[in-house]
Amino acid sequence: MRAKKIVFYILATIIVLLWIAPFMISFFTSFKSMDELMLTRKWWAPPKKWFPSNFITAWKDANMGRYFLNTFIITIPSVLGALFLSSLSAYALAWYKFRLSKLILMIFVGGMLIPFQMLLIPVYRFSVSLGIYDRFIGVILFHIAFQLGFCTFFLRNFMKTIPASIFDAAMIDGAGHFTIYSKIVMPLVLPALAALGILEFTWIWNDYLWSLILIQSDKIKPITLGLVNLQGQWITSWNTMAAGAIIAAVVPLFVFLLFQRYFIEGLTVGSVKG
Amino acid sequence: MKSKKWVPYAFLALPLLMYSIWVIFPIFQTLYLSFTDWDGVSPEFSIIGWDNFKLLFQDPYFRISLWNNIKWLIGFAGVSVPLGLLIAMLLDQKFRGSKVYKTLMYLPMTLSFVVIGQIWSWILEPRYGALNSFLSIFGIKSVGWLSDPNIVTYSLIMAASWRQISYAMVLYLAGLKQVPKELVEAAWVDGANGWKRFVHVILPMLRPATIVAITVSVIDSLRAFDIVYVLTRGGPFYSSSVMANYMYIMAFNNYRMGYGSAIATIQFLITLGFIVFYMRNVLKKEEAL
Repeated sequence: MRAKKIVFYILATIIVLLWIAPFMISFFTSFKSMDELMLTRKWWAPPKKWFPSNFITAWKDANMGRYFLNTFIITIPSVLGALFLSSLSAYALAWYKFRLSKLILMIFVGGMLIPFQMLLIPVYRFSVSLGIYDRFIGVILFHIAFQLGFCTFFLRNFMKTIPASIFDAAMIDGAGHFTIYSKIVMPLVLPALAALGILEFTWIWNDYLWSLILIQSDKIKPITLGLVNLQGQWITSWNTMAAGAIIAAVVPLFVFLLFQRYFIEGLTVGSVKG
Repeated sequence: MKSKKWVPYAFLALPLLMYSIWVIFPIFQTLYLSFTDWDGVSPEFSIIGWDNFKLLFQDPYFRISLWNNIKWLIGFAGVSVPLGLLIAMLLDQKFRGSKVYKTLMYLPMTLSFVVIGQIWSWILEPRYGALNSFLSIFGIKSVGWLSDPNIVTYSLIMAASWRQISYAMVLYLAGLKQVPKELVEAAWVDGANGWKRFVHVILPMLRPATIVAITVSVIDSLRAFDIVYVLTRGGPFYSSSVMANYMYIMAFNNYRMGYGSAIATIQFLITLGFIVFYMRNVLKKEEAL
């Protein structure tokens, strides 16, 4: 048994080390000087001398600071909007029996799995004609709309688990439909809302394709687009690019570490549990 | 629930309206555009029937892209899911530090494919990259991970799978929570007997996790875009192109919106089968609740 345990530990450790190697490589790279990078090529070794100045270059000269802020401006209203609207549709689909209920649910679920390419051209085209192309609002509205599929499905699953007797009792007490939604159901699904919010936050933060389609001006670009820009301008400064990549990754990473439980709950709910 | 008929519709009105504008209606519009020769700029265009589709299947670059998507399907879904299961089986035990180990394994899941692409760009770089530098210690000659047309797609799949394996592992770890511990431990430690128990006892219990992991991976492998765009833009010479990238190039760089729509439509039709599969499995289980 002891030998097995040792074998297990060694195996597990090797896998984990392999897994985080790409992280370590970029972390070390972001603190190295270009001379050290090119001369030693020991990517996996910590820097001989630490250069935090790469981050300042990325933040200021490469504009990552502005992209960083832009991403917040896009992500926060998108998440809030998606959560609010999907809580309405999820409520309707979880609690009421009506003819189109199943069809509407299927439309939401089907839509969340559609290839994005199927939407690119029309969404781009009418964003231009509506005058919301190359503006924050255009991307935000798209994110809200597109995320409704997953959010509705997710929240509906949770609302289904609330016993119907609560609903009946409230009805008898004379509570209106909106009161039941806002005063009874919403407080009960708060944990689910938190899980969903965290998941959505990282997804929208990490979006690239839709910003590429809907945004043109440098001054409103989110961080993913900014990072790809960096690739063009700073192509030979791998240390600056690594610093940029870390700046782009740090918020979702931090959110994940803080709210790990919710994050994973969100990913597995509606699939494994559902 | 008894109520006036309009009540659920009142709650659904705004969400459904937005969803229709940005998701449902565009699907039909793309279907329509796939039968036109629209260039994306001129106000006028004509309906050309199946011409775009006929052209597509003679287009060598589309064929490469389609073939690469099949490679993605096998590599990204077919390899990541079992590997995720394997690692989940290994880590699903109580041991000191198990929480830290798991957290570290989850990390790639939080990254965007843009960041993943960036990170892997200096791992896969042919002259100075980390992987080749590492291999040179063992006397292995440099490999053109991103420059050799025969290898490049596999390199991209490897980079993308880094995240996908983590995702499959999360799903399986959640699934394994519902399987009695002794079964799992027995299954991975004691040989043939354990293997039988694994196949006949544990695997069937993990069916829901498997269905989700496979469907999501298949669908993501068919719409793969970001990482290809960031690392190679489909190059060299279209060798790593996938349908999503080819569609983007055709529609937004070459102004062939009709042709691009036809590519998207093919992608959509292939995905549709899996969407139906997913809905049947997941929604049916829903009904049972």
